[in-house]
Amino acid sequence: MSVAPVEIERPETGESPFAVTEPDVPWVTLVHNDPVNLMSYVTYVFQAYFGYSKDKAHRLMLDVHHKGRATVSSGSREEMERDVQAMHGYGLWATLSQDR
Amino acid sequence: MAGHFEPLAGGGAAVALDEVEVSILRSLAVQLLELIGPGDDGGPDAADPLARLFAEGPSEPPADPALARLFPDAYGDPDKEQDRQERAHSAEFRRYTENDLRTRKREDALGMVRSLDSLSVAGDSAAVLRLTPEDCARWLGTLNDLRLTIGARLEITNEDDGDALFRLPDEDPRKPMVMAYLWLGGLQETLVEALMA
Repeated sequence: MSVAPVEIERPETGESPFAVTEPDVPWVTLVHNDPVNLMSYVTYVFQAYFGYSKDKAHRLMLDVHHKGRATVSSGSREEMERDVQAMHGYGLWATLSQDR
Repeated sequence: MAGHFEPLAGGGAAVALDEVEVSILRSLAVQLLELIGPGDDGGPDAADPLARLFAEGPSEPPADPALARLFPDAYGDPDKEQDRQERAHSAEFRRYTENDLRTRKREDALGMVRSLDSLSVAGDSAAVLRLTPEDCARWLGTLNDLRLTIGARLEITNEDDGDALFRLPDEDPRKPMVMAYLWLGGLQETLVEALMA
């Protein structure tokens, strides 16, 4: 299952008065370390919500624990707001930011 | 199996609870419900479900540290002061999500209360509570919310705080809360294990 690369003709935006020069930078969901959440629970949440493998979920959890935070997903701002809301639902401390 | 969950064949998990344990869990869940509150301002339209559906949530983080931890800001680096834009984005996010989040957390805690009320425990013997996978998800959420709330009350802000609290002398007034915190941690840990089994 793969998708062939397609050349996409970008619409000319030069003349549009509404064109905003905002680079197409993705947003990310960050999960921050906290001393209360159990390591096993954080791993469980990454598996249950994102559908990550046990290994990937465990690695992300260790990043949160040792580095203080980990990027757990990336995409549009709307998608990241959805992920952050879900993480808050699970009691994880999450924020979103533009990945620059 | 006292104090810990075991996986059930076909999904879900079971735990044996005695009368005291049931009453402690129930009381904690009810306190959590009171803390989280109805999740809207209870204004004149509070009884109208349609008006409530479109009601906006708060834009400021809760003043209570436990609630602030349950409903954190969605924008900004926790180690730095938020800038104006991060504050504005956090406020907007909160207006559109906090009421839903409060409702969900309330429903989870109510689920725990209902499970406990379905159990008949008498005397010294423990009764076995069996939870469906759906109940397990609710319990997991509420056990976590309870630990976050007690953690905020005990002012656990880093891993060393936690370690120090575990060595409190018996006469320390925080000791019962620490015992509850540890007990809830054991319940949550074994429930996670049961669900991942």
